[in-house]
Amino acid sequence: MLADLTLAVTWAGLTCYALFAGADFGAGFWDLLAGRDTRGLPQRRFIEHSIGPVWEANHVWLIFVLVLLWAGFSPVFAAVLSTLYIPLTLAALGIIARGAAFAFRKASVELWQQRLFGACFALSSVLTPFFLGTVAGGVASGRVPAGIAAGDTVTSWANPTSFLGGVLAVLACAHLAAVYLCQDAARGGDAALAAQFRRRAVLSGLASGVVALAGIAILHEDATVLFHGLTHRALPLVVVSAVAGVAGLVLLVRDHFVWARAVAALAVAAILWSWGAAQYPNMLVPSTTVSDAASTDAVLAACLISLAVGFLLLVPSLWLLYATFQREQPAHADAGTDSTG
Amino acid sequence: MSQPASLLAAVLLPPSAAPGGVTPGDLSAARAQMGFSLAWHIVVACLGVGLPLLTLAAEWYGIRTGNPAHRLLARRWARAMGVLFAVGAVSGTILSFEMGLLWPGLMGRFGQVIGLPFALEGIAFFIEAIFLGIYLYAWDRLPPRLHLLTGVPIVVAGILSAFFVVCANAWMNQPRGYTLRGGRVVHVDPWAAMLNPASPPQSVHMVLAALVVSSFLTASVYAVALLRGRRDTYHRTGFFIPFVLGAVVTPFQLVAGDWAARFLAHFRPTKLAAIEGVFHTHSHVPLTVLGFADGDRLRYGLEIPDGLSLLVGYRPSTVIKGLDRVPREDWPTVTSVHLSFDVMVGLGCFLLLMGVWLLLAWWWGRRTGTAPLAVRGTRLFLLLAAVAGPAAVVALECGWCVTEFGRQPWVVWGVMRVRDAVNPAPGLMTGLWLVLFVYAAMTTAAVYVLRRMTRDTPVPVAPQESDVEEYPVA
Ligand code: HDD
Ligand code: HEM
Ligand code: HEM
Repeated sequence: MLADLTLAVTWAGLTCYALFAGADFGAGFWDLLAGRDTRGLPQRRFIEHSIGPVWEANHVWLIFVLVLLWAGFSPVFAAVLSTLYIPLTLAALGIIARGAAFAFRKASVELWQQRLFGACFALSSVLTPFFLGTVAGGVASGRVPAGIAAGDTVTSWANPTSFLGGVLAVLACAHLAAVYLCQDAARGGDAALAAQFRRRAVLSGLASGVVALAGIAILHEDATVLFHGLTHRALPLVVVSAVAGVAGLVLLVRDHFVWARAVAALAVAAILWSWGAAQYPNMLVPSTTVSDAASTDAVLAACLISLAVGFLLLVPSLWLLYATFQREQPAHADAGTDSTG
Repeated sequence: MSQPASLLAAVLLPPSAAPGGVTPGDLSAARAQMGFSLAWHIVVACLGVGLPLLTLAAEWYGIRTGNPAHRLLARRWARAMGVLFAVGAVSGTILSFEMGLLWPGLMGRFGQVIGLPFALEGIAFFIEAIFLGIYLYAWDRLPPRLHLLTGVPIVVAGILSAFFVVCANAWMNQPRGYTLRGGRVVHVDPWAAMLNPASPPQSVHMVLAALVVSSFLTASVYAVALLRGRRDTYHRTGFFIPFVLGAVVTPFQLVAGDWAARFLAHFRPTKLAAIEGVFHTHSHVPLTVLGFADGDRLRYGLEIPDGLSLLVGYRPSTVIKGLDRVPREDWPTVTSVHLSFDVMVGLGCFLLLMGVWLLLAWWWGRRTGTAPLAVRGTRLFLLLAAVAGPAAVVALECGWCVTEFGRQPWVVWGVMRVRDAVNPAPGLMTGLWLVLFVYAAMTTAAVYVLRRMTRDTPVPVAPQESDVEEYPVA
């Protein structure tokens, strides 16, 4: 009971990471494809401006997931991280490179620097979700056995399902970002930019759909347990995801950007939850279940209660945050406003 | 980071099989990688704790005096806070990966025992992020005093974060609150694990260290500017606010360090023995300053007769427990622990003296009616003050080396050895080189860009600059 609750909370955190950080990563994807220096500049500026405010804060969700996994399901955490340490190390390096390069590009003046840091930022934005996707594929296809480094350190992530997971992750991030950016551009009154990102959102949405369809064949061959789950217990969620995907495209074409945003998020979230539902109660296919791996009730209860109390503190703080954003800046600017060297 | 010699040997010598298939090279690589990333993170984390306090102090002062220079100072520091916050989040993310990537043996068995403090830290961090967003965004939108108030939760949450993670480290030193049966943890009392006996001395000493480090580091930036002749209000205040805070906190820090050492004398005599290089249990133990371990004694050190016995028990006849009480294979490497300790204490005393100097200069200035920093010897003082910031960082790193090397060969003292915790998968050495390469490239780029930024005025001073007004983290 407590274990299931903890797992659900962890999964909710994972969903938040996929949606929020996913959009950040996807923005890097479009940055990569924005075109050569001068042609791509307006888009790069816009992308920079859109993700600037949230910068790296979205990694909080990843930390949340990791910490809950290790507190709530220590053996699973150890098994996954030790077997899949290659893609996870690469993803970690991608996170550092991305954050640093983004900051440096913004601060640098010369073209070659901006190019170098820009390329670093964009490449790591694509590689990080790819490697995280391969990790998901390795776990989902049952290639991570219980125990420490008990699985193959290479084939656990270099395999068809992992590859599918990686590509799907990159495409989903790209799609989320394009849909978010559409609305930002439309709100900013830039119709040309909005149209550009709408085209991209549609394209990436279609590509995700095609890959997901092809994925069915791959899973049938390569991950039979997952396939069975997806076509039985998790089927409603799979259907939700597919319907939301199609609906999102229709909404995009009709310029209902706000709704398109919500629906795209739903489609991505439904993929994650269908994976979870398909695999439940196995945490590691085939034989480590949630209750096998769960920590003692005392730990789970302490963590959940702390999170609940934390949540109670967070709600008013978040409310305060948004209330502040609603306030208008007074006309008299502060004398301390920075302009001197 | 870890003992260079053993690392070098591990790189150069052919790997010989060790229990569990872990090569000594991979073990050293894992230790070096963990130590390196933590040593990097801890500096940023300390600034994350201390800088908000300094910023609030500057802002409060600015409101009181109405002087734009003071308010500009607060803004600048607030901006640095935003950048450091993001850097702290990224380097912290890497750490949570590494706990599992490098030490799955530890996390697989004991992850749940130290899970609670990390979960609590996550909450504290979240709250910190939100209030940082409010604080940065609301600068011109709230009445000054109310705005000041929104900064308080940042300080509190930062201190709590530090407290929680240090509790996890303290547990590794004083493991409590769980029962092992057949190699599996069967019963856990997460609160007892978190609030173990080592938590109070370690966390107090740590939080004070964070304040000391951020104060002196910030002050040293302005000391350099003052040395270059920029003696306007902006730079003087930028120097004095942090330096005074550092000077006030340092005495308490030394008292807390003494507490930490006394704690060890009671709870971890082996570690104290390694710190002081005491090989044989006996009375009338001298205090040895510096020196290298050679066989069963310290050589080339400066001995103060009966010093340690006096410090621990206030009597020369106090018996100090030596390393001979545990098997030799359980000894930490005495030289690295001992030297790290001496460097930390030495630098702590240096910082204390800097505070005393400031006090004297101030008193002298009042007597003679000259402004502080207008007297003779000021140049030397500023030079030393410029050194004090890096010195505080070195003291901090050495302190952690004492704690971490002093726990060897245990990762959880008395319960699990480091070599049983490490990831047995092959190739950790490659991972280390990769990580070192990325950190090195990043640090180089950072230094380069930061230096450029100070030269070209139109360029943003910090990556977040244009966003300060609209920085809604979360
Ligand atoms: C600015 C930094 C700084 C300064 C000036 C000092 N320390 Fe320290 N010390 C630390 C920063 C630090 C630290 C990095 O924060 C450590 C590492 C782990 C911890 O909790 O604090 C530490 C650990 C540490 C330990 C090991 C605790 C353990 O392993 O359980 C001892 C015994 C001392 N210190 C003692 C002292 C003494 C006697 C000092 C001065 C007279 C002193 N420290 C100055
Ligand atoms: C507060 C939380 C901390 C935790 C939970 C923690 C945990 C660990 C773990 C699990 C290891 C590997 C096992 C071992 O070698 O003993 C380790 C090693 C190490 N840590 Fe820490 N650490 C903490 C803080 C720090 C900080 C802040 C620093 C540095 C400034 C540091 C420096 C090191 C070093 C140098 C090693 C390698 C020691 C060796 O192998 O001899 N640690 N730490
Ligand atoms: C004494 C050692 C440590 C201190 C004082 C410390 C403190 C902090 C602080 C203050 C932050 C917030 C960043 C900022 O405000 O700039 C932070 C972030 C973080 N730290 Fe550390 N840290 C320490 C060691 C560790 C260790 C050993 C880990 C290992 C898992 C860790 C994991 C994290 C993570 C994951 C974050 C990101 C933010 C979050 O918690 O959600 N820290 N740390």
